[in-house]
Amino acid sequence: MTETVERPLARENSVGQPLRRKEDARLVTGRTNWTDNIVLPGMLHMAVLRSPMAHARITRIDVSGALQRPGVVAAYSAADLGDANGSIPCVWPVTDDMVSPPHPCLAIDEVRYVGDAVAVVIAADRYAAADALEAIDVDYEPLPAVVEMPAALAEGSPLVHSESGTNKCYTWEFGGGDYEAAKAKADRVFTRHYVNQRLIPMAMEPRAVVANPTGPDGEITLWSATQIPHVLRVLLALVTGIPENKIRVIAPDVGGGFGSKLQLYREEVLAVVIANRLGRPLKWTESRSENAQVTHHGRDQLQEIELAVTNEGKILGLRVDLTANMGAYLHIITPGVPLLGAFMFNSIYKMEALSFTCTGVFTNTTPTDAYRGAGRPEATFAIERIMDDLAAELGVDPLELRRRNWITHEEFPYTTIAGLEYDSGNYEAATARAVELFDYDGLRAEQKARRERKDPVQLGIGVSTFTEMCGLAPSRVLGSLKYVAGGWEHATVRILPTGVVEVVTGTSPHGQGHVTAWSQIAADALGVDPSAVQVIHGDTGTSPYGMDSYGSRSLVVGGVALVQAAERVVEKAKVIAAHLLEADAADLEYKDGAFNVKGSPGSSKTIQEVAFEAFTAHNLPDGVEPTLQANSTLDPSTFSFPHGTHLCAVDIDTETGMTKIRTYVCVDDIGKVINPMIVEGQVHGGLAQGIAQALFEEAVYDDAGNLVTGSLVDYLVPAAPDLPHFTTDRTETPSTTNPLGVKGVGEAGTIASTPAVVNAVVDALRPFGVDDVRMACTPERVWRAINDAGSKGGDRAAEGTVAYGGATTESTAGGQGDGIEKTGGQA
Amino acid sequence: MVHISVTVDGAQTQHDVEPRLLLVHYLRERVGKVGTPVGCDTSNCGACTVLLDGKSVKSCSVLAVQADGSEITTIEGLANGEWHPVQSAFKECHALQCGYCTPGMIMASVDLLNSNPSPSEEEIRAGLEGNLCRCTGYQNIVKAVQTAAAQGGAR
Amino acid sequence: MIPAAFDYVRAGSVDEAVRVLGERGEDAKVLAGGQSLIPLLRLRLSYPEVVVDVGRVEEMHGVREDGEHLVIGAMTTHAEVIDSDLVRTHCGLLSEATETVADPAVRHRGTFGGSLAHADPAGDLPAVALALDAEFVIAGSGGRRTVPAQGFFVDYLQTAVGADEVLVEVRLPKLGAGWGHRYEKFHRVAQSWAIVGVAAVVHRSNGSIDQARIGLTNMGPTPLRASAVEQALSGADVSGIGAAAEHAADDTSPASDLGGAADYRQHLARVLTRRAVSAAAGG
Repeated sequence: MTETVERPLARENSVGQPLRRKEDARLVTGRTNWTDNIVLPGMLHMAVLRSPMAHARITRIDVSGALQRPGVVAAYSAADLGDANGSIPCVWPVTDDMVSPPHPCLAIDEVRYVGDAVAVVIAADRYAAADALEAIDVDYEPLPAVVEMPAALAEGSPLVHSESGTNKCYTWEFGGGDYEAAKAKADRVFTRHYVNQRLIPMAMEPRAVVANPTGPDGEITLWSATQIPHVLRVLLALVTGIPENKIRVIAPDVGGGFGSKLQLYREEVLAVVIANRLGRPLKWTESRSENAQVTHHGRDQLQEIELAVTNEGKILGLRVDLTANMGAYLHIITPGVPLLGAFMFNSIYKMEALSFTCTGVFTNTTPTDAYRGAGRPEATFAIERIMDDLAAELGVDPLELRRRNWITHEEFPYTTIAGLEYDSGNYEAATARAVELFDYDGLRAEQKARRERKDPVQLGIGVSTFTEMCGLAPSRVLGSLKYVAGGWEHATVRILPTGVVEVVTGTSPHGQGHVTAWSQIAADALGVDPSAVQVIHGDTGTSPYGMDSYGSRSLVVGGVALVQAAERVVEKAKVIAAHLLEADAADLEYKDGAFNVKGSPGSSKTIQEVAFEAFTAHNLPDGVEPTLQANSTLDPSTFSFPHGTHLCAVDIDTETGMTKIRTYVCVDDIGKVINPMIVEGQVHGGLAQGIAQALFEEAVYDDAGNLVTGSLVDYLVPAAPDLPHFTTDRTETPSTTNPLGVKGVGEAGTIASTPAVVNAVVDALRPFGVDDVRMACTPERVWRAINDAGSKGGDRAAEGTVAYGGATTESTAGGQGDGIEKTGGQA
Repeated sequence: MVHISVTVDGAQTQHDVEPRLLLVHYLRERVGKVGTPVGCDTSNCGACTVLLDGKSVKSCSVLAVQADGSEITTIEGLANGEWHPVQSAFKECHALQCGYCTPGMIMASVDLLNSNPSPSEEEIRAGLEGNLCRCTGYQNIVKAVQTAAAQGGAR
Repeated sequence: MIPAAFDYVRAGSVDEAVRVLGERGEDAKVLAGGQSLIPLLRLRLSYPEVVVDVGRVEEMHGVREDGEHLVIGAMTTHAEVIDSDLVRTHCGLLSEATETVADPAVRHRGTFGGSLAHADPAGDLPAVALALDAEFVIAGSGGRRTVPAQGFFVDYLQTAVGADEVLVEVRLPKLGAGWGHRYEKFHRVAQSWAIVGVAAVVHRSNGSIDQARIGLTNMGPTPLRASAVEQALSGADVSGIGAAAEHAADDTSPASDLGGAADYRQHLARVLTRRAVSAAAGG
């Protein structure tokens, strides 16, 4: 399965084949349609002036200087836009008392993070617009900034939003069973503190928008590098007051998202409002520096996690207390992201009780929101880290500890302590295969030998057995979590008069290859060749219904909707075919794209012939409407639960602290597979991002709130030499909750890999007394951990940069009370 | 304004340009070669890589005036009647997902194979160190370059 | 991001460049390959009024021999340095270190002289120039002068090249038989700058080290010579390398930044110096 081989494509089983992507012909020849490529007659360019201060009062702002600059058409501050300035909504008010401050497009009176938008310039070209920003006068009166969560929660902290009276956004509680009872029964209570650091998504295409006013009454077409054209249209209508039907949103070629383009951004609103005001098309293209500063960030949690266990390592209860950084404002689902993890801390393990609390905190930093995995990587990290730590504490092999606690394959369907019903899975099989590919025993033997001879290069082995919930989402569940939208997806299948199969999907791909995979699904459902299928997406004008792409939902929701729509097309076609063949519909069988009368060879109608009849409508049975098409709007009944076992071996140069991944093996179970080539690519990319969190990437602020890692020079996205060759394989336990048997895969690699790598790093260092190294596990942190076992490697080296727990490199922090608390069982 | 004359994908172009105009903006906005995208400010990402007189350069870190008199090949001019073997191999090996890094990645790969027609995996990874991809984890890109090399990718 | 506007002069000769720099002085910036300058212009961290492009000055290109020296034109690209058999034969340390500079596309544009004149303490080549005992030929209105490596790197991003001067070429003494070399670069990812780098050339005769020159990258505002190590190595055999390398951080005051805190850099300098010298000594 690690090789994708070309086989002759049998028409009836396109699904499962590594069909080469239809998307690629344009992409490898440069015939692309990125938003920044779009040029319209009379188009103007927008540039945004941004706050250089993390927190300040704007005492004066004067844009008139910009208007004097050559090529400048307009310049606006918040006051100039008035009501049109608008406010970005949060659509996930997770509690009734959540603090949800205004989030104006241009800052009004106060700026709250470095990069906060202050004014815009509209000019004839992007060079003139950039120049004119320098002519805007702003006087700032600095206010105290708070960048660390513990400081923000402390009494007397400066307030990000003074009118709120607090930096606490919300506290959200969840649980199952009686944790205190489980704790009382336990032999041991094992508590750990982990830091899940802030990340910057860094999709390769920075954001861009082009707004084209097309009529006198607010009609507008917006091209945006977005994952969510449909959701964006609804939100734009709500924010601008433009009737929804007058807004058309197009997501053309979109260069990656990873959650960062799952958003309503200020620049989208500003472009629409200002283009309409000026009556001219307007383009804004984000620079990479802006991207790092203002496109939302991800992760950023302080995690306290506690296991109540028996001496044999049987988990009785789990307690989680999260502190989650919202940043300076709430974006559309900022507060909900950590809660997506609430159901995942218990992961694949059986237990009697779960207690979960999350506190959202405002700081003077870039807002956070969804980043690949969104809440689930954080949860998986914490539970898989503590499982390895507990195994070390108990002197048990980390795989054995998992075996003692995981749900066995006979136990499915299994309702977890978080209340989710896992439909299927086989953790034993995936783990067995991973262990075999990895040579687990061989590496353990080598590790022992290297430890004994005190080799300066130590070997570490890390385990991550993960599951996740994806396929967002059953609408009723979203409703119960106070999310204001549904989780359904829409598909339309039409057979056009010429026989082309037109699939219209509400998913909005930005690299996932939906055009190819959806062609395969439709081809099998209709019995035609995938090349006969055309897929339309990403344009509210041509694919009006949809909930877009995020949360590994596209296939398990949108793909299943497509199957249903195609089946409905066949049903309708059957009625017409029966009429044309003068046969009873019950006597027809549908195979390879044609209806045949059972027992009457030669008497058949192809679906294309039926489509043409449906088009001319000259001879349709009574009561049958012309045209051959059908819709499906599918609301999933549940989530999907892919799982897998990831094993990582690292070599650590103990003299320098440098970590190198030596072997990475993962065996994922994502149920049935539509296109194994695309699946493998998704896994590879996910692994790269998860490994990057473990070893390389970290958004760092200094204590004045400046983003120190504001470019690709300092924010270390790995290049080809920095990553290993991955050994990937799959087991296949079909989902029982959808007709395709599929589970999501888009986020799996990212979710699973981070703890596997950090566990390997810590495993290598355990002989030095190390039980944690903070992410990113830089060489310096690893070296410090070796030389001061309690330090967890400490914080970033730069003096004056933000350090959770207040540690600096001058005096590395001690532990935070981590470790075993022995209870008396009955005490 | 400075008058420059550049051959882009085989066609000669002449323009008066501001000295500060970046080559990538010249290509995209004056010549219409939008197949070459911009991904960063700091010459890290390599999305804008083109060949300048046959050698890979990051067109965001070259001034258009510096390219005066030279010959530029962009992703749009790489195919010569038929796709370059590297283009074919990228599709064949699923070496792209969103495709934004792809023009630069392909041009860097072409340059790599021109200087080293049969690179090892390590040499491929090192040869592409100036190009970032956020989707693929690079494994299929490495495979594509190996595949192109086996098919005589240095052309 | 987009540079602020500037005037542009494409110099046809060293004299022309010097003349323009003499007229515009502090407001001018010399453009070599542009691989450091253009990103700075784009980020608007540099605002020259005029950019003097010396990229096409013929005499500033290429590698040639001059008796016991190699002479490398300041506008010789990194790629040309790597491809030069002369450099590989006589100054192998430079070939080795240049291969670690940035990435292939940047090495096609970036120049040897540009890197040295930019004098980023995290850049790889300044320390190499120190270890190779380079001499810098600088042209100004009063003619040309030669500055030894020890006097070239003045302070952070500052060299002996005045505002109205141009670095024309660099002279490197050829290393003959018995010399070994190693550049140990320590960085977190392929693209990132050196946290610490150690450039070592070592000469052995009769089994012991009789001469060593060691340049340190990113151990202070300028590249440094690890003089204490060099002295300790003199006359030592390979078994003495470890002890000598313990002096690598003597008298250094490296910065604390995202790459590492000062104490970590000093530790790395000792480890990397031991490794570089051992490799250069063939040990």
